[in-house]
Amino acid sequence: MKKEIITLGHGSGAGLTRKLISEIFDKNFHLPTLDDGVQIENRTVVTTDAHVVQPIFFPGGDIGKLSITGTVNDVAMTGAIPKYILITYIIEEGFKIDDLRKITESVQKAAIDAGVKIIAGDTKVVEKGKADGIYITTTGIGFLPEKVELSSQKIEVGDKIIVNGNLGDHTVAIINARQNLELDPAPKSDCASLNHLVQFMLKNGDVHFLRDATRGGVATILNEVSDDTGFGIIIDEEALPISENVEAVCGLLGLDALYMANEGKLVSFISQKDENIIDKMKTHKSGKNSAIIGEVTNEFQGVYLRTSIGGLRPLLMLESDPLPRIC
Amino acid sequence: MCLAIPAQVVQKDGEKGYVNLGGARKEVMFTFTPEVEKGDWVLIHTGFALNVISEEDAEETLKLFDELGTIQDEMELENKNVEQ
Amino acid sequence: MLNNKKFRDPALIKKIVDDLNNWKKPIKIMEVCGSHTMAIGHWGIRKLLPPSIQLISGPGCPVCVTPSSLIDELIKLKGVTIATFGDLIRVPGKEETLEQARAKGLDIKLIYSPLEALKLAEKKQVVFVGIGFETTIPGIAQTIFLAAKQKQFNFSVFPAFKLVPPALDALLSTEDIELDGFLLPGHVSVIIGSESYDLLPEKFGIGGVVTGFEPLDILRAVKLLTNQISKDNPQIINEYNRVVDSSGNKIAKQIIEEILQVEDALWRGIGWIPDSGMGIKEKYAEFDAAKKYNITLKDEEGNTGCRCADVLKGKIIPPECPLFEKVCTPAHPIGPCMVSSEGSCAAYYKYER
Repeated sequence: MKKEIITLGHGSGAGLTRKLISEIFDKNFHLPTLDDGVQIENRTVVTTDAHVVQPIFFPGGDIGKLSITGTVNDVAMTGAIPKYILITYIIEEGFKIDDLRKITESVQKAAIDAGVKIIAGDTKVVEKGKADGIYITTTGIGFLPEKVELSSQKIEVGDKIIVNGNLGDHTVAIINARQNLELDPAPKSDCASLNHLVQFMLKNGDVHFLRDATRGGVATILNEVSDDTGFGIIIDEEALPISENVEAVCGLLGLDALYMANEGKLVSFISQKDENIIDKMKTHKSGKNSAIIGEVTNEFQGVYLRTSIGGLRPLLMLESDPLPRIC
Repeated sequence: MCLAIPAQVVQKDGEKGYVNLGGARKEVMFTFTPEVEKGDWVLIHTGFALNVISEEDAEETLKLFDELGTIQDEMELENKNVEQ
Repeated sequence: MLNNKKFRDPALIKKIVDDLNNWKKPIKIMEVCGSHTMAIGHWGIRKLLPPSIQLISGPGCPVCVTPSSLIDELIKLKGVTIATFGDLIRVPGKEETLEQARAKGLDIKLIYSPLEALKLAEKKQVVFVGIGFETTIPGIAQTIFLAAKQKQFNFSVFPAFKLVPPALDALLSTEDIELDGFLLPGHVSVIIGSESYDLLPEKFGIGGVVTGFEPLDILRAVKLLTNQISKDNPQIINEYNRVVDSSGNKIAKQIIEEILQVEDALWRGIGWIPDSGMGIKEKYAEFDAAKKYNITLKDEEGNTGCRCADVLKGKIIPPECPLFEKVCTPAHPIGPCMVSSEGSCAAYYKYER
């Protein structure tokens, strides 16, 4: 990394991001975990997350809502109940106060929905041209209930892999807005807090591990889990919950929903004896389209997808963000 | 190369119009397919309809799949290949 | 109701696959088209075929065969917005990719349709990178036509177009090519028609099937090729007749004829191929970025040691290239077969090591 510079790919959540973390951040910080949320004293979980989305307002949400759901979900994936949020705004000179008001109302609404309280914050204003409208950083604090310990080390052969609904909605909403695809009606982001769903799942089954499928999508998480555990993972293409809308946009641009960021989707590893949890999840408002998409195996290593025609293809870790293609 | 997907025409106003893309409307140019009508299927690439897709031929192809590997199969195709 | 899903019917697929698994004679079939390569990878088709049937990826992605000197020239442009299809930004120039140049301030806009680039030109100087095979060319030609009509002189196109039949001609003419058949590009053929490939059996004695992108289309095309090969009866068959006819789309061809003319083109990893590209006619010179910014392309790929040209011809497999894995990887690709996420070398790197 001597002469190299940062490209957008380094923020993609894919291979380049991991490289940055391992070669620069972890080298200096010796992080206790590379998960998003970390447990400190007294069963307290903390996490922090920066939000830089463009457009700032998109169908299904805005940067304010996203700044809460993203952090709430990072805390929730550890099994903890999120309680408090600290929030920092970095605002570009010239930003409309009215928009700031709208975003902040949206922050508050999302906080009430998730049952968290905003307890402190900071504001910085930078010169025109030094930021892209507004950036928001949030830090979340939550508490782990007694007996809840989720970790990739708990994953076993035979575990079922369950997602709580359609994949790719957030990315397609953003692509439609950014790439001027002008789909009508515009596809909506799935951005939502999942902490209530997580607690509901913990009560109803033996949950081993959870991750929220943001940057890099489901495929990236599966690869990370496969690397961490040494187990293989097999996914069934037929079982993937993907809306018609997302499927069409993927066809149009040559993208794959498995690599798309979601903002209200988790990937869970559930003990195979409790696979009926799926029926309960479907009754929850955040889990209507839940699906068992695959399982953990020791017959091979790595992540494979069984295509709907019976072929097998490896699902690899990408180096960087997938790009729309023409060929 | 060349990613192109089938979509159904939902509205046509001269050279411009809309197709149904997974339940949403998307504007498309019909410059190369002036003959299309609402309800037709077209092949979409970079914002243009490239050609009309014949549903009849699609059905025909699927039927042929069932009679695989016979001389008949190839003969049918070869006959299809004379100017349509 | 036209339903693509019917072309993914597992029962029908099993029938063809079982049949193909009886095939004993080792054969090499080249899929010319990047979208076929992607579909073959996506559906896991290679693993369904017997080892005797080898699918080889041809030079079928206009992005991957874009010469590095074009990337270098684009990076030098000052005060313009470069509008391009997304996948071009990771193609390496001599020093860096457009993506890396963007990180240093190059103004790049990723677009889905050339019409967006024309719209962008209402506000600033725009150079649209005219990448594409026959499928993409008419839309770009039409956009140039509209720019002329609107007198939108902020808009220009750098013509980096590539034509499939001349490339196949050149590929097969060079030397001993070991290929037994072609899967021919369905969407290119929509524009140019299936008769454009008649030279394959006539001149080279190799047959081909114009086919679509669903698994049944591809498998059936392989099946039709094996039939031909077993009877030693090479010919061009149009399996994709639901959207392709023998002569192509006449209106699209007229628009191309109005705006563009056939010229030699530089292919990354292969070199100059006569009459395999298109330039903008003098009449529309104001919209020709090559003239406007005085850009000429140089063949600078020759000395890397990359053997993509031989891989593309099916003469060697990727691991036989001295650069493979050592210098040339998906993260740092040297040649076109590694640049493309589904090129032969990238596929080998991912699936076959």
